[in-house]
Amino acid sequence: MADKNGFFDLSKTTLSRRTALKGMAAGAGLALAPGFVRYSQAQSSAPIRIGFQSHRTGIGAAYGRWYEKTSAAAVKAINDAGGISGRKVELVIEDDGTDPARGAEVVNKFAKQHKTDIVFGTLFSHVVIGSAPAAGENKIPYFVVSEGHHVASTKLNRYVFQPGITDVKSQIQSMAPWIAANAGKKVTQIFPDFAFGYDHRDYLPPALKAQGGDVIAQIAIPPTESSFTKYFPQIPAETEVIYHVMVGPAVLTFVKELGEFYGSQRPQLFGFIDSLEAVDINSPGLEFLDGSHFWEGSPRYAQPDDSAAQKAYRAAVGIDDNGAAVGDAKDVSTAAHMFGCWETLYVVKKAMEDAGYKGPEDRAKLVEATEALKEFAEGPEHPQGPKTFNGKIHQCFGIQNISKVEGGKLKVVHKTKIEDGLYEPEGDYTTQAL
Amino acid sequence: MHFGPHLLLAALEGLVTSAVLALTALGLSLVFGVMRVVNVAHGEFFMLGAVLAWAVSTAISGHPAIGFVAALVIAPLLVGLVALVAERLVLRRLNYNPEGTIVATIGMLYIIQQLALTFYGPEARPVEPPFSYRILLPWFGYSGYKLSVVAASAILLVITWLVLTRTKIGLIMRATQYDRETAQAFGIPVERVYAGVFAVGAMLAAIAAVLIVPISQAHYLMGQDPLLLSFIVVIIGGLGSLRGTVVAAILIGLSDGIISMFFSPTLAKIIATLVVAMVLVFRPQGLFGATSR
Repeated sequence: MADKNGFFDLSKTTLSRRTALKGMAAGAGLALAPGFVRYSQAQSSAPIRIGFQSHRTGIGAAYGRWYEKTSAAAVKAINDAGGISGRKVELVIEDDGTDPARGAEVVNKFAKQHKTDIVFGTLFSHVVIGSAPAAGENKIPYFVVSEGHHVASTKLNRYVFQPGITDVKSQIQSMAPWIAANAGKKVTQIFPDFAFGYDHRDYLPPALKAQGGDVIAQIAIPPTESSFTKYFPQIPAETEVIYHVMVGPAVLTFVKELGEFYGSQRPQLFGFIDSLEAVDINSPGLEFLDGSHFWEGSPRYAQPDDSAAQKAYRAAVGIDDNGAAVGDAKDVSTAAHMFGCWETLYVVKKAMEDAGYKGPEDRAKLVEATEALKEFAEGPEHPQGPKTFNGKIHQCFGIQNISKVEGGKLKVVHKTKIEDGLYEPEGDYTTQAL
Repeated sequence: MHFGPHLLLAALEGLVTSAVLALTALGLSLVFGVMRVVNVAHGEFFMLGAVLAWAVSTAISGHPAIGFVAALVIAPLLVGLVALVAERLVLRRLNYNPEGTIVATIGMLYIIQQLALTFYGPEARPVEPPFSYRILLPWFGYSGYKLSVVAASAILLVITWLVLTRTKIGLIMRATQYDRETAQAFGIPVERVYAGVFAVGAMLAAIAAVLIVPISQAHYLMGQDPLLLSFIVVIIGGLGSLRGTVVAAILIGLSDGIISMFFSPTLAKIIATLVVAMVLVFRPQGLFGATSR
């Protein structure tokens, strides 16, 4: 018998009436104490904690700062409206240094040390790719706002989602017809020599070919490069359009040197605004961009046809009509991407409420509930526009804006349709075990 | 583009790199030559120069040239002051111990970098060039300002050389470099010379940064590349040798420009690093460095 010493044999002990009363009183007192009450309800009212993997330092720091601002605004809006399933939302922020190895450490830290409910955040594709395995190992849902095709490629794992921003492959496919019809058919690509650039390198040529255009040269530039003139002689003379997607702190130099090289007799320019996120379009040396075109996820400058939701979103995040911080015209935002943080947090809210999410034990349910989502209607929760979501490849698809630089502002001249950017799924995450 | 113009462009680009590199590396070389301190924070003084140039030029309104000239004077002075304080508070207390100062300057590197991130922010910010004249060649356009950087750097190098060889200050510095104890015995205030040299070294980096900042923007991480290249230059040229530093800077800058244009930038870096390795194996004192005394 296990109870050798008879500890549980009540017949041996004499439980006096006084002792019994004391015990009952103490128990009642404990139950009435405020701390105890809160503890007993921890499952239902403790805040939902979202681990935010942020580019606070490193080459993505400008993005990180605005991703934090946007996410803080979204969390405030969600909490003001009652939180997620009545629970408050709390962001726990860790710096990933815009570094893949550090990114994976941060995901581990969220899962093991902070014990957050999910991980959310980061932009740079190499950090996402580096961090995704850690999310899979810890079985913690990882919602990224990265724009790259890596999530939709189904090369990552079942715990990684990108429900707030369209991936590059879809963006390119939806814009290629416009480029071929309006800018030119002979295209030279200049892109950063890492994952995000490779998405452009791989998906533009077929998309353009389908429109009768051709990529005649591809120039890869190391992401840490600080001077660019030496690459320009590689641009063939017959180039009609230069397609540029540089990122990082040296992009201004890139554009300026391109301007010095070509002067006014330049080919058409089509760029991803990634090149100039957080940079004032009226910076000295950028006059050269006047008349050129840019992709924008969400327009930086307020447009005449902005929806009420877009206006409310801009006010909540604190950006003015020029896309700069309210009160500091020099503090230009990363408007084309950061809307994805806002929208992703609302997707998380929807999926958690659908799943009846209670705590980390429900993470698998959350994954399935996210995969079950089909579309997001345009509105306060999705101010950039309507989106569809493919649960098999964990990727959303939305509209894209093509904007022209005119009089020192970016003016939207073309909006693509969601259908333009749809492609055959390359795999299916839902077949992977949870 | 044909071979001729292509080579010309490569050479021009290489010259600009060389010019800035020569100034930066000279600062590093001077500090090592005189003080025997390997200043790992040198790149951060460079960055600080660029960041302060941005601060000064945005604070001053009017023609961009006024702001730029002000930055060219004020930024290096402020950086010199920071270096002076760092020398007093850190290096002197370590008695300029070679190992100790390496670790201490690594610490300074991070402190300066993070302070810049905190107070200046993560953005790359542009400084308007004092003039924006575009030289129109038959094959391509080229920035007139870039060429003026080469000229300015050449003038500064000549001035530094004149100061070192023709003035009393230069004599004192050379004496301290040659033999610290004997110099002290002859009444040279060695500690004051050290402080001055450390400040001047940082100021040279800051001047280089102010010159380059209208071309490539001020950013808190911009000090890393110049530091690495400066070390390469100083090792090839010979630590403490002004002539070696300049020659090596031109060599590295030009080869970087030409190789990266005709082949790939990665190959240029590979070759530069390989040259460093070869120099260290076959001529450890550098191309122009004096043999051990």
